[in-house]
Amino acid sequence: MSARENILARIRAQSGRTGATATAAELAAVRRHIAQQMRGPLPSIASDPPLARFIGECERLKSTVDEVAHINDVPQALARYLKQNSLEVPVVGWPSLSVLDWSGAGIDYQNRLANADDLVGVTDCFCAIGETGTLLLLSSPVTPKLHALLPETHVCIVSRSRIVATMEDAFALLRNERGQLPRSTFLVSGPSRTADIEQTIVIGAHGPYRVHVILTP
Amino acid sequence: MQVKSMHFKATSSAKLNDAVLQTALKRAKGKFVDGRAAAVAEIDAWEDIRTHAAALRDRVIANLDAYLIEFEQNAVARGAVVHWAETAEQANAIIVKIAQDNAVKIATKSKSMVSEEIALNDAMEAVGIEVVETDLGEYILQLAHEPPSHIVAPAVHKSKEEVADLFVAAHGRPRLTDIPAMTREAREVLRSKFLGADMGISGANFVIAETGTTLTVTNEGNADLVTTVPRIHCVVTGIEKVIPTLEDFATLIRLLPRSATGQSAANYLTLTTGVKAPDELDGPEQMHVVLIDAGRTKLVGSDMKEMLRCIRCGACMNHCPVYQNVGGHAYGWVYPGPMGSVLTPTYVGIENAGDLPNAATFCGECEVVCPVKIPLPDLMRKWRERQFDQALRPFGERFSISVWNAFATRPALYAASTRIAARVASWWGGKERRITWLPGLDGWTDGRDMPAPAGKTFRELYSARQKLAARHKP
Repeated sequence: MSARENILARIRAQSGRTGATATAAELAAVRRHIAQQMRGPLPSIASDPPLARFIGECERLKSTVDEVAHINDVPQALARYLKQNSLEVPVVGWPSLSVLDWSGAGIDYQNRLANADDLVGVTDCFCAIGETGTLLLLSSPVTPKLHALLPETHVCIVSRSRIVATMEDAFALLRNERGQLPRSTFLVSGPSRTADIEQTIVIGAHGPYRVHVILTP
Repeated sequence: MQVKSMHFKATSSAKLNDAVLQTALKRAKGKFVDGRAAAVAEIDAWEDIRTHAAALRDRVIANLDAYLIEFEQNAVARGAVVHWAETAEQANAIIVKIAQDNAVKIATKSKSMVSEEIALNDAMEAVGIEVVETDLGEYILQLAHEPPSHIVAPAVHKSKEEVADLFVAAHGRPRLTDIPAMTREAREVLRSKFLGADMGISGANFVIAETGTTLTVTNEGNADLVTTVPRIHCVVTGIEKVIPTLEDFATLIRLLPRSATGQSAANYLTLTTGVKAPDELDGPEQMHVVLIDAGRTKLVGSDMKEMLRCIRCGACMNHCPVYQNVGGHAYGWVYPGPMGSVLTPTYVGIENAGDLPNAATFCGECEVVCPVKIPLPDLMRKWRERQFDQALRPFGERFSISVWNAFATRPALYAASTRIAARVASWWGGKERRITWLPGLDGWTDGRDMPAPAGKTFRELYSARQKLAARHKP
């Protein structure tokens, strides 16, 4: 008997079920339950207007937020942010965003994988969640995850039309548009932090020190 | 991990006199208790969400074999390899073999209590593999060669001065005591480990049956690097961590960070599903999931099955008056506080952890704050009953309980004897009306006096009052 068989048999014996393994009917019942994708009860904050709540929650999480009128204004907005923060350095960005006119705004936009020396990483996101001020990033060949992790500053472009109310809504959108989860589904709520020394909150642990959101239409 | 729970009494006495620990515990108590209260107050549907969460965990536990098979099928379909381990030894052998088959030299780890249970680091180091803990708290403890004292804040017992000394010894840099600067130093030192590791080992807060996903809930970003950079990702988790759907995760994550640290959201939720595609720039080429029993199946279908709902938030210990005073190390194994007092006897044997279910005032706070409504005091009481039935408590204690039982189950005898006892105790209190010493109970009276009783029992007073009331009836 393998460990797998032993464990499954023990579970069945303890549950008062006969047979060494789950029956087809039992497995079908589990699949039926899963297929219902049943949502749990929601708090009232889940009905707040998503955009306003998203901005408020970002600020609470110590993310910063800027807004532009058109996607083409993003490079200028980023240039302003970099100048304000004395970060006039090359940025490493997602290949999917290299179509924007970065050089026109004076930005050295490097379209490659992020490394430990990069100070600024630029991504967009699949969607964002109003309830908790969360960015949802999906991995793919043109959207690698390390851009949002290794650099000290993570700049994320968020379309207002992609801000949903709850995590349940975000997962529903993901199922509708992509069918299945990618290798990495990454939900980011503010810059990294730790409180492991004397329960004192420090912003900036192993991930970014700053998360800057640029809202587009 | 080596079990030291049998030394609970001696260790907890020492911990009460440890000034550094007492300062740390007081600081942590305020932050955790107040933080949770504020975060929970934002959620008006808190009780409904708790009820729903408890029910969804129960549903899985009642059909655990089928949910595990469903998870396995979906994980394998995405390229993961699912391993099963009945014991800690089997789990370690599986993980060591994965590492050796792939010529792994450095493995980075994110925080995993299951890996503490099985003492994975020792097993890896025994075959010459460097294992690096990357959660800041766990990293500090790895330098100190100490086990965690809390399941969410593992180094909660350490002062920054102690951490500063450890960093000087390990890093050879100037001594820093500014906490943000110390955190940066750890970040800089660990960067090369993150990027140089061949294997990343993580736990899983949950695994999702629907999608074959494993996931971590963190704040530092370390688990995200551990599961992204190395070419092999190995997940170590208990068989009870499976949940049906993404919707269920959304429900549970409204409860977990609020209960744990008082955060409305954890910084990073990382859902990992399978291996990277050939044209992806980052992500692991191999993903292994090791599902561990190590005692969990004993709880399935038992009178303590509610314990398997646990989502490891730590709220029960944060709110426990015993934990708040003795800290986590006194409990002598991986899981401290009320949840540990139920789990430790199950996993390592009640004969090795007999004091734990007795180290409770039964104030009930743990059950009140538990996000999945585990009846922790009831479960500890069940352990006490089993200890009595199996004659595992000291003779004096069992004898006293038997005597009590003989009186308490005979109402007339009970009434007569308490009438006598109340009068004797009243006389014993003397002119001062205080009882300062009781034969055989010095341990109790050494530290406190007891006010002398009035001389009559409750029943006597009650029946006298009833008579009086009857006389005054019109």
